[in-house]
Amino acid sequence: MSIPSVTATKPSRMLRLRDLWQMLTQNRKVLVGVIIVGFFALVGLFGPFFVTIDPGEPSKDLLQAPSAAHWLGTTQQGQDILAQMIIGTRLSMVMGIGIGIVTMIISVIVGLVSGYYGGWIDEVLSLITNVFLVLPTLPLAILLAAFVAYKGPLTIAVVLIVTGWSWGARVMRAQTLSMRNRDSVEAARASGESSLRIIFFEIFPNEIAIVAAQLLGTVIYAILAETGLEFLGLSNGNSISWGIILYWAGNNDALTLGAWWWFLSPGLCIALLGAGLALINFGIDEIANPRLRMERKNLKNERKALKKQVQAVQKGTL
Amino acid sequence: MRHILRRILFYLVALWASVTLNFLIPHLAPGNPAQALVGKMHGRVAPQALHALEISLGVSHDPLYIQYFQYILNLIHGNLGISVTYMPTPVTDVLAQELPWTIVLVGVSLVISFVIGTILGIVVVWWRGALMDTILSPFFTFLSAIPYFWLALILLYYFGAQLGWFPLHGGYDADNIDQGWTIDFILSAAQYAFLPALTIVIGSISGWMLGMRNAMITTLSEDYVLMAEAKGLTTWRVMTSYAARNAILPNVTQFALSIGFVVSGSILTEVVFSYPGIGYATLQAVQSLDYSLLQGIFLVISIAVLVANLMADVLYVILDPRVRTGKG
Repeated sequence: MSIPSVTATKPSRMLRLRDLWQMLTQNRKVLVGVIIVGFFALVGLFGPFFVTIDPGEPSKDLLQAPSAAHWLGTTQQGQDILAQMIIGTRLSMVMGIGIGIVTMIISVIVGLVSGYYGGWIDEVLSLITNVFLVLPTLPLAILLAAFVAYKGPLTIAVVLIVTGWSWGARVMRAQTLSMRNRDSVEAARASGESSLRIIFFEIFPNEIAIVAAQLLGTVIYAILAETGLEFLGLSNGNSISWGIILYWAGNNDALTLGAWWWFLSPGLCIALLGAGLALINFGIDEIANPRLRMERKNLKNERKALKKQVQAVQKGTL
Repeated sequence: MRHILRRILFYLVALWASVTLNFLIPHLAPGNPAQALVGKMHGRVAPQALHALEISLGVSHDPLYIQYFQYILNLIHGNLGISVTYMPTPVTDVLAQELPWTIVLVGVSLVISFVIGTILGIVVVWWRGALMDTILSPFFTFLSAIPYFWLALILLYYFGAQLGWFPLHGGYDADNIDQGWTIDFILSAAQYAFLPALTIVIGSISGWMLGMRNAMITTLSEDYVLMAEAKGLTTWRVMTSYAARNAILPNVTQFALSIGFVVSGSILTEVVFSYPGIGYATLQAVQSLDYSLLQGIFLVISIAVLVANLMADVLYVILDPRVRTGKG
């Protein structure tokens, strides 16, 4: 039996920081994912410095297909779509990652506190978590966003954080429950450490990798949901992000005008970024659960050998 | 049985929470529907007219808790208020008109996507490590990250606007055909529903496929599967009767849960296709500040999701003996 050597053979998916670096270098999925996400991060960080034209500035080149002058074409007002995309990358990335991180922080705190303390604190927190878990997310987000008077990225962020934290909290709670009675935690408790210290310095570090995996999922959710809400016109149409470019394309009938370039690039970028994040997530999954990445060849040989053994035994005894 | 009862109690609490949220959100927001409507008319409304509008829209200036009880009382009587978008139609009538469209469209797509996705998941595991798996799995990963509505835009652009095979908006050919159970109407509705359905199937199929794939791989490494292989059973039998039968459990539960989301459907997909369902009604409600309609939609969706969750719980108890014996 040749099971590949991994540091995380425990079924509890316990991983440490050191493994994160290994994932990066050993797993091809993770590598591809990191390259994609890294690319968009760089564009978001430094791209705007290279954009010389004002992305909101109308020009005479109305609704032009991609050309040497406008690589990704122009809008109905003659705005350059490439410039909009680069500027928009920053807002979309900041929102996706920002919403993801804040959501995750809430999930982690609720999950840790709920799992560690148990008792009535757990009962109450679990009930709230489960209620939020079964409430339909997107409709609730639309309801909230529609009623807030101020329309803009901040509203969208708050709405998505309020509606999105429950899943992570449930996962973190389950993880904390299994961690609560570990020897190291017992020892810390016996030596009189404060509860808060135990939670954040004894338990939390052991859950970093799960938090990372959860974070990736949350960021994907945030980017997709954010774009959806923006596309519905629930954000401020004057700011520029991928979703808002799509909103204007939809509002100006880009479809019937045959302006495919207007909505092609934003959607493609969202899909690429999402796929990149998902690849990293699957990679982490494979490392945490070795069964998922066992090669067929291995499995087949192993089975053949076992089959032979069983048959030999049967023949021998009968 | 006690397990189920506890779940029912929980769903009642969740229902109460969603009803209360539904009540609180609009009341905590500044202004009221009547003022919003007046704002849309640029304020050129006499105070008496505003008052009349407030009465017709059910805006009251009573203390919050009294309004809350009135709201609950109205709900029990099935009174969800009046829709501003379709003035003066009651929200319940609007919902009754929009719901069947969404349920048929999303329901049919859900079944198709579940069946194809689950089968694909089994097939991919069968040829694990082969070309099929190395191409399909990353492809489906990419597919799962695509925003639904963007896919809808692309399909609509190519098959609708460019090739002209499918109509650009609507639910049926309203100019030439009357709504009713005639062959003409059903054919027309099917033609109009094809692209939206395709979008939903493509958008959701990867979830079923990847879920089934991972469950299959985990099940295949169980000892009893190995034993079955060692007994010399055919691969077909091992895959279907031994592995898939158990691996499909999470997918079945997921399916039950998804039934709840049939009602919320694919709001964005419907918006792109201007399909006459709940999603499109949501957009119109947002645009015309139709608060009662939005609340009604959210309420119906919540109830559907809660009922589906309860169904999934019951189904799980029936399908998985471990839950039954474990919880007694």
